[in-house]
Amino acid sequence: MPWNRNEMAARAAKELEDGFYVNLGIGIPTLVANYVPQDITVTLQSENGMLGIGPFPYPDEVDPDLINAGKQTISELPQSAYFDSAQSFGMIRGGHIDLTVLGAMEVAENGDIANWMIPGKMIKGMGGAMDLVAGVKKIIVVMEHTSKNGDPKFIPSCTLPLTGRNVVDMVITDLAVFQRADHDSPFRLVEMAPGVTAEEIAAKTTAHYVS
Amino acid sequence: MKKIYPSAEAALEGVLKDGLLIAAGGFGLCGIPERLLDAVRDAGVKDLTFASNNAGIDNEGIGKLLRTKQVKKMISSYVGENKEFERQYLAGELEVEFCPQGTLAERMRAGGAGIPGFYTKTGVGTQVAEGKEVKVFGGQEYILEEGIFADLSLVKAWKADETGNVVFRKTARNFNVPAATCGKICVVEVEEIVPVGSLDPDAIHLPGVFVQRIVVGAPYDKKIEFTTTREREAV
Repeated sequence: MPWNRNEMAARAAKELEDGFYVNLGIGIPTLVANYVPQDITVTLQSENGMLGIGPFPYPDEVDPDLINAGKQTISELPQSAYFDSAQSFGMIRGGHIDLTVLGAMEVAENGDIANWMIPGKMIKGMGGAMDLVAGVKKIIVVMEHTSKNGDPKFIPSCTLPLTGRNVVDMVITDLAVFQRADHDSPFRLVEMAPGVTAEEIAAKTTAHYVS
Repeated sequence: MKKIYPSAEAALEGVLKDGLLIAAGGFGLCGIPERLLDAVRDAGVKDLTFASNNAGIDNEGIGKLLRTKQVKKMISSYVGENKEFERQYLAGELEVEFCPQGTLAERMRAGGAGIPGFYTKTGVGTQVAEGKEVKVFGGQEYILEEGIFADLSLVKAWKADETGNVVFRKTARNFNVPAATCGKICVVEVEEIVPVGSLDPDAIHLPGVFVQRIVVGAPYDKKIEFTTTREREAV
């Protein structure tokens, strides 16, 4: 049984540590916030200028001046802090954020990531993704193991334009978890979803990894 | 020295012309200079280049100026959710320079701080690095990015005092601070102008030296792109 979106998010949440400052991308990564272990404190950063993201507001407390990077209305916490975009990316680029979880279209065996454009399609832009993968201490990618056509997404080298070169530390898919010790080491298959076999993963992965 | 102007139109008098490079604050529709963008539209100036994180949405924010075809080029990190933008871009009517969000903020900050260029690891090995100088520091590659020196800054803030000291509110601060600093002239629209002495000098987000003109832009639309809420727990 492959992991569903929530189970993938819950798996990513296991990488959180007490005291971490974390930036979560849009989509499945956002769900990671629902699985922060009760016994640790994690501070969520929003790159539009906030530390300490609170839950969605009550309907009568919606504030247009208080949104997350996905442009959704949010709430603040007693420990929240606001700052401008230059300082926000100073935090990100300067290596002060411990962990980011983001989606991807492709990840390569050397840690390259592509998640911002498909040639020939309307380009929306990279937003803060290139800054995040360049600056955050640990980069976790959460994505489906294969595309809608069944093509592998963890591959020998990216075919799409890169978001970052040799930056990914961990890949969590609906089938498996791959991790590497550092940016010079190969990825290692460290976990499989229940009932998924090593053969199935090998058949659906073209990237080289250590099993 | 009077910095307060009676209307957005008056606050932009003498500074608008065709072909300007304008740095604008805002993230999505949060903290955008609504009244000043309206006034730019009404003035009819064209061939404008905007350094702005986003391009508004259809008929909101800079989207209003796309509709009237006053924009020649956008320097932005993300331009989704905008059909007219997409149409003009695909038709080759609109030039776009995609710039990573943090690099864009730093380019504005650098321009405002008199720094013409800086090295960053953001974008190394990607399309963003094409044509840019690469330099190695400590064994790691960095690319050269240039500061933005704008002709005009358009900014939205919460409160200003009569001397131009400014405070922002919550996440509406975003690009407004770096955008404010990088223009030759900075025009700030606020929700309220307060008497000198009523803002805590220790809590000024943008000191008045960066602000040349102030206008009250209220009432504000403050549109929300995605309203997300939770249920109130039963008592």
